Amino acid sequence: MAALPTLYLQGFAFWSSRLPGWDVARAVIRGERAAPEAPAPRPAPTLLAPTERRRAPDTVAIALEVAARACEAAKCEPRELPSVFASTHGDLAISDYMCTTLASTPKLISPIKFHNSVHNAAAGYWTIGTGCTSPYTAISAHQYTFGTGLLETAAQALAEDRPVLYVAFDIEAKGPLATVAPSRGLMGLAMVIGPQSTPGSRGLRLGMCTDAPTNPTSDAYALVQDNALAPCFAFVEALARDEHTSLALALGEHSALRVELV
Amino acid sequence: MQPLRITAYTVCSAIGDGRAQTLQSLRERRSGLTANDFEPEPLPTWIGRVAGLESTPLPAQYAQWECRNNRLAWRTLRCDGFFEAARAARERYGASRIAVVLGTSTSSIGASEEAYRRLQPDGTYPPDLRRAIVHTPHSLGDFVQHALDLEGISVTVATACSSSAKVFAQAERLMRLGLADAAIVGGVDTLCGSVLFGFNSLELVSPEPCRPFDVERRGINLGEAGGFALLERASEADRESPWLLGYGESSDAHHMSSPHPEGAGARLALDAALARAQLEANEIDYINLHGTASRRNDEVEARLVAEVFPSTTFASSTKGWTGHTLGAAGIVEAAISLLALEHGFMPGSLNTRQLDPNCGPQIHIENAQRPARYALSFSFGFGGSNCVLAFARADARSA
Repeated sequence: MAALPTLYLQGFAFWSSRLPGWDVARAVIRGERAAPEAPAPRPAPTLLAPTERRRAPDTVAIALEVAARACEAAKCEPRELPSVFASTHGDLAISDYMCTTLASTPKLISPIKFHNSVHNAAAGYWTIGTGCTSPYTAISAHQYTFGTGLLETAAQALAEDRPVLYVAFDIEAKGPLATVAPSRGLMGLAMVIGPQSTPGSRGLRLGMCTDAPTNPTSDAYALVQDNALAPCFAFVEALARDEHTSLALALGEHSALRVELV
Repeated sequence: MQPLRITAYTVCSAIGDGRAQTLQSLRERRSGLTANDFEPEPLPTWIGRVAGLESTPLPAQYAQWECRNNRLAWRTLRCDGFFEAARAARERYGASRIAVVLGTSTSSIGASEEAYRRLQPDGTYPPDLRRAIVHTPHSLGDFVQHALDLEGISVTVATACSSSAKVFAQAERLMRLGLADAAIVGGVDTLCGSVLFGFNSLELVSPEPCRPFDVERRGINLGEAGGFALLERASEADRESPWLLGYGESSDAHHMSSPHPEGAGARLALDAALARAQLEANEIDYINLHGTASRRNDEVEARLVAEVFPSTTFASSTKGWTGHTLGAAGIVEAAISLLALEHGFMPGSLNTRQLDPNCGPQIHIENAQRPARYALSFSFGFGGSNCVLAFARADARSA
């Protein structure tokens, strides 16, 4: 196994429709409280102007919410951080809109919907909203997206010797596309990972391995398992339980990311 | 950074399959742009279409990845012996030690568009398109990893028009940290309704063959292309391969679909690339510019070049040959920059008649033959994502 030098998780944020916010998610995973009965309305990112906030696609709303909360938790200035945005399918609702409109009235495609359809839309809005000129990237690796994005974040933090923001999200699929790219509800998580420890940070040791991926074990998993980003949940559970622990996140059919939380 | 060797590379676009045809089209100033015939009711514009993709399905063992974008990926892999070079690298390093890092903007969304045109009466996908992998952005990375029988990191980068430039940066970091010993980088993007009608809705599409940096330029032409490069660490044995010397990445933090008016983000990426490559602006022989022929991009880019580079730097846009291949533009123009270094041949800017007054003496219309040691390639994308790559001729550095 190729192991990387120890990194530090300096701040973390989570939001899903059934577990809205890290405090709620953490307590539900730990069995300290019950999950809210009904799904929460989508978050309204304060980074955007009120009119933009209402019009923002779901991908932008969820990504900006968790990104901002993770920076707060890490006590980091958002504009200082390079970022990695990862999403399995990108904006499934806009893809459904684009495909539907192209099949009927292609010349009526909305220019705003088109520029919001790019996989890097959330990253673009984040850097515009925070005034961040550091690089971002926007990636996908299908069902291996979460682990692959975490590894890319770690690689940037080590290669450039600076903290990096990681934002992963997936939204609800719409229309016929939902049959081949299924995903329910909104889910996003974000974290700041850096080469130096900070007050309250957790040590994070990563390396590549060939272990089978760790399955989530909490009852809370049932509340998120229909979202395309569900493969992240073993990691979320490990953080919630606050234990020294080790888990594996799939990077492909033959490879995985070993994650040790210390 | 420690420079990396580019031990194999290839490109396939509207101007040819592989390096030899590409070079010949550039030398003969033969454009790949044709009147748009892509959709049943085509928009009045010109496109860089790769001929024959419709009649060449993927080999049967890759049927689950079947779509226009992966067809072009497969066709590109077969150019210039790239497939064989990648398989030989697999033998040298092992399947798990080679990363696949590929860029695209729309991947195989064309397959989803087709499914919506041919929905069953009950509103579901037609049976032949019920294949999950072609309806998600990682279709490209997943296909290429399987086609090359690799088992390491596989990731698809989708940052619009900077995608297949940024893959060089991501791969270099993975190799530097020992997470891979070699990397397949590059990208593929194909024509589809989303980009043709999408860019049309933004009023960025030209009704005539695009004229980069022309005072009367009227917008972009969309194109499709694929390209790949194999990155390896320097070795004593290899004195022939060109170098990846550096890269610079930045964000505009300005607007989703319009560049920063002073080119501030582009400048940050350029400065970072020069610093990483340990080069000064006056050492750059050739720049392949982003040069989309949109009003805003070319204005900002021309001013940046005029401000930073001496008159001896030869800069051009090759979009008049290939069209704007979006997520593939980074690798296509990296390949053209490498051809320029290898052959001492610099393409000018095709279709351009009169340069915009913002252009300095660096930007050329006509081709030129002169030795070149160092080249840059600029890629600037939607969402303000910028990337500049720095390359060197094989003999410009020693191992």
